[in-house]
Amino acid sequence: MGIESALGKGYLTTRMDTLVNWARSNAAWPMPMGLACCAIEMMAFAGPRYDAARFGSEVMRFSPRQADVMIVAGWCTYKMSHAIRRIWDQMPDPKWCIAMGACASTGGMHRCYGVVQGCDNFLPVDAYISGCPPRPDAVLHALMKIQDKIKTEHSVMLDT
Amino acid sequence: MSLELSEHLQKTVDYLSENFSDKLVDVYQSTGDTFIVVDADSILEISKHLKENLHFIYLSDVFGIDRYTSEDRFEVVYNLISLKHQQRVFVKVRCEEENPEVDSVVSVWPAANWFEREVYDMFGVFFRNHPDLRRIYLPEDFDYFPLRKEFPLLGIPGSIELPSTTPDSD
Repeated sequence: MGIESALGKGYLTTRMDTLVNWARSNAAWPMPMGLACCAIEMMAFAGPRYDAARFGSEVMRFSPRQADVMIVAGWCTYKMSHAIRRIWDQMPDPKWCIAMGACASTGGMHRCYGVVQGCDNFLPVDAYISGCPPRPDAVLHALMKIQDKIKTEHSVMLDT
Repeated sequence: MSLELSEHLQKTVDYLSENFSDKLVDVYQSTGDTFIVVDADSILEISKHLKENLHFIYLSDVFGIDRYTSEDRFEVVYNLISLKHQQRVFVKVRCEEENPEVDSVVSVWPAANWFEREVYDMFGVFFRNHPDLRRIYLPEDFDYFPLRKEFPLLGIPGSIELPSTTPDSD
């Protein structure tokens, strides 16, 4: 009982963009940039209770070359920001970024000289999550926002 | 205020006032701890005596204080523990705002190495004869001492570099 029971021996038409985006949006592999306590909630997000596998994002890729979404979980110092940017640059396009929690979004409670006041100072962030730390549901919500974003992109034909 | 010293701490204070009477600045107690303020130039010699004769073999911590006063602005505090006598004492030295310098005690307690680097990193107190006096937390080309009171909370914009947002390949 698969899709063939609905379609029979027929066919369906769609746009190439829609097909590729559908595939991409359901296989957004995260690059866990766990920097602080938000990383614990990020682990729960991937675990069985919240089950990111429903959205095709259960494979945490510790190699940036295999990842699509970077989840910046935690506060980043000026020293660490160079490493984060380096890893981001190694991720192949297309790629997306989630700033998880107050610290990654704005610096949060770390309002001081050593912490970058929001990782959007050096990364192109697609989704911000509020909370300190956010619940795993909120991470799922951000992931769904990223999926919505992927689905509306021009992936094959560049809009020139 | 009279001091309520334990037997070993009384012995320590007596020993110091006997041998270093002109170097001993102040002895006081606060929140259950004993503080001995000594002359900054004699900290190395006093440290040797504290370790060898009074059995303060464990240097638990060294930290700096910015008192923000016109005289003796910076304070370096040595947190010493005698494991044998189960006693703790804080030894303090004070140094002035211009070129704050203290003798390093790494030759007495090797543990002081990183502690003194941290004090140097945060307050800019220079430790004479330290084997490896570099910044420990902040980037080595950083020009300021962030725990000094005049340093702004959010730092000085541009003083630490952010990564380039243009990848090398572009």
